[in-house]
Amino acid sequence: MSEQLEMRNISISFPGVKALDNVSFSASAGEVHALAGANGAGKSTLMKILSGAYAHYTGEILINGQPVHIRSPRDARQHGIEIVFQEVDVALIPYLSVAENIMIDELANAKKRSPFVDWHKIRSTARQVLARLGENIDCNQIASSLTIAQKQLVLIARALVHSAKFLVLDEPTAPLSQSETDALFKVIQDLVEQGMGIIYISHRMPEIFRVCSRITILRDGKTVDARPLKELNYQSIVEKMLGRKLGESFPVRTPKIGDELFSVSGLSDGARLRNARISVRRGEIVGLTGLVGAGKTEFCKAIFGATRSACASTFWKGGSRLPSDPHYSVQMGMALIPEERRKEGLFLGQSVADNITIASLDQFSSRAGFVRRQKEFSTSKDVVAKMGIKCSDVHQMVANLSGGNQQKVVVGKWLCADAELYIFDEPTKGIDVGAKKDLYGLIGALADSGKAVIYASCEFEEILGLCDRIFVLYAGETVAELKNSEANEEKLLYYSTGGK
Amino acid sequence: MSVKFDLSGFFYKWGTILTVIFLIAFFGIVAPNFLTYYNMVNILRSISIVTVVAIGVSMSLSVGGFDLSVGSVASLANAVIVSCLIWYNLPTFPSILIALTVCLFVGLFNAFLIIIMKIPDMLATLASMFIIQGVAMTYTKGGSITQNMMMANGSTAPGSLTPVFNAIGQVPTIIIIMLCIVVIVQIYLSFTKYGRFMYMVGGNAEAARLSGIPCKKYKLLAYLISSFFAAVGGIMLASRIGSSQVNSGSAYLMDAVAAAYIGYSLAGNGKPNAVGTFIGAVLIGILQNGLVMISVPYYSMDIVKGLVLALALAITYLRKEK
Repeated sequence: MSEQLEMRNISISFPGVKALDNVSFSASAGEVHALAGANGAGKSTLMKILSGAYAHYTGEILINGQPVHIRSPRDARQHGIEIVFQEVDVALIPYLSVAENIMIDELANAKKRSPFVDWHKIRSTARQVLARLGENIDCNQIASSLTIAQKQLVLIARALVHSAKFLVLDEPTAPLSQSETDALFKVIQDLVEQGMGIIYISHRMPEIFRVCSRITILRDGKTVDARPLKELNYQSIVEKMLGRKLGESFPVRTPKIGDELFSVSGLSDGARLRNARISVRRGEIVGLTGLVGAGKTEFCKAIFGATRSACASTFWKGGSRLPSDPHYSVQMGMALIPEERRKEGLFLGQSVADNITIASLDQFSSRAGFVRRQKEFSTSKDVVAKMGIKCSDVHQMVANLSGGNQQKVVVGKWLCADAELYIFDEPTKGIDVGAKKDLYGLIGALADSGKAVIYASCEFEEILGLCDRIFVLYAGETVAELKNSEANEEKLLYYSTGGK
Repeated sequence: MSVKFDLSGFFYKWGTILTVIFLIAFFGIVAPNFLTYYNMVNILRSISIVTVVAIGVSMSLSVGGFDLSVGSVASLANAVIVSCLIWYNLPTFPSILIALTVCLFVGLFNAFLIIIMKIPDMLATLASMFIIQGVAMTYTKGGSITQNMMMANGSTAPGSLTPVFNAIGQVPTIIIIMLCIVVIVQIYLSFTKYGRFMYMVGGNAEAARLSGIPCKKYKLLAYLISSFFAAVGGIMLASRIGSSQVNSGSAYLMDAVAAAYIGYSLAGNGKPNAVGTFIGAVLIGILQNGLVMISVPYYSMDIVKGLVLALALAITYLRKEK
């Protein structure tokens, strides 16, 4: 009889919100259990409770039918529950070695008398565990030099050292490339065969169907459904997550393409990019795709002047100069919606209004520099309404919004600045299906109003559904330019993987 | 909707003010002379220099920096202005101008270390703290500057402190200068776009840069303003003590840092601001004054001062845990 984990009637409130309302959840060892739900549905909160991050919830947690007390991360660990968060870096100590990071609790909590560290034991145990994961990471490497995929494995290895019975993976594949994802899935399969229970949080339906056997769906802090995955299909899961039917995701447009607004060719940055090229016309959505690591983000930043680069020729509304600093690109009418929105796009501690107006504060200020609050608030309210940003009011702190709404705030900032060229870098990363659809509609509307859009994404489906013309980047070089009508997933994959 | 009273939120917002009110009530009861008009003015006078220096620190905090050199800059301003008046017999306003200009160069130097040389703010200003302290001491040849002092060639120093200069450190001028600076800086930070940009740079420098804000410019500006206010504090100090003393400004650094940090939480702000800094300085001033009044021996005063500081900070930071 395999281990059973059960969470019964879990409720939790935070100031102003009831995050979970009588949620029940159960998983058993030896299977992968998907936990699905739109952003803000309460998946992360539920798993944080399970891992002991919150103490003030009501309800009970049972293992094999026995109630257990989990109110701290230590409690959770004692009962064999481990979590690998999406932000792997927060759980690692960057300047310590892989072995030390894996054995961190051994180092911190060892109940032994000797004050000296048993380096031999630390290294050999770490090596054994990594070998069990089939992974070839040097134990003496410093954690900060690892790739994200390796960091995840280090955290999984740490869970194995604690002889975890249940492992929670929160959006593990979001930052991974296809081959890294495949490797991770193999690790997951091995762990399950060894009798571990995996709780898998993801937005990516194909992956859920690939690795999971059961699914629990949450919506607005309540359990909507829990059943074997094979009883459901993609459409029905999405409908349960959203509570409504999902129409066609991508907007139907008849593009009205104008004259060329921007082009750059022969761009290199001395590191990743060499001979990159792109061009975009007014009213056009241009896709920039390629595998993870192909240099899309670097290219977007170079165009925006956020990093130094040299290029053979550029063109901007007839002029010809690449901005040397984002300060100038914004003045020229460019906008960048960066990939790392929390780190690079938002002021989390500031209000929605402050975030929306920051790139265009001049138009809200008197000549002496005083901010006109009334104008600022009314414009922000318009943007919030237009974008469908869900917030209590424009004074709410951005940190308290869900991922999708935060992304809309970033886009709203540039709507307010009335930019002409919008550069989106993986804008749908980590946001739910409903918010994605809103965002696609918005981007379509931008192009229809005569703006030029560059849309960088490694999701071919998005690129094909949204873009009028597509540039493919491979190892920092533009290797193909395709019209939407002549492109398909096979072709994109072919060029992305280096086909010529 | 449940309207629940958020106690910890209330303390977070108003903890500093509550502490001030509590201290006033406490000292008012145990020390009969505490609540007199004369003593209140006395407290305001005693905190004016700390407040002005602390507002400089707040400016550096607002862009996510930290200026440790303010104490040294105050010493430098003290030495320069007194030497201008006494050694070189210059009129008052040119002397003030010279002192401020010299100190602005320190701000420029700090900004150079931080923006161009990429040294972390606290370490860069730690280095310049030592450098400027040394510069000020070298300039005065390690001694003080007083009226009618003996010069190197055996003559008596030609100049003297002018009445206008002396008035700077007197009540009410010194208090008026402080209050004006508090009001102007608060207006600058909360109502102008420049203040907004500074907070944004402090809140998330990378996001600010990608939003088109010239971050370096605002960092430079913050450090210039910081040095400027440190210099104003040094000039006020020079006028108060009527001479230039070795390292006279360094005593203000720690009180100023404390005041700026206590000010963070005022009205739930969560960011450095001028009025909060002023309240922080008031808290420290009341404490210092009240403890003298109830005859706590001078050698024990720092214990109480530190404890109350810890309490005030605990009230404000306890909430950040969430």
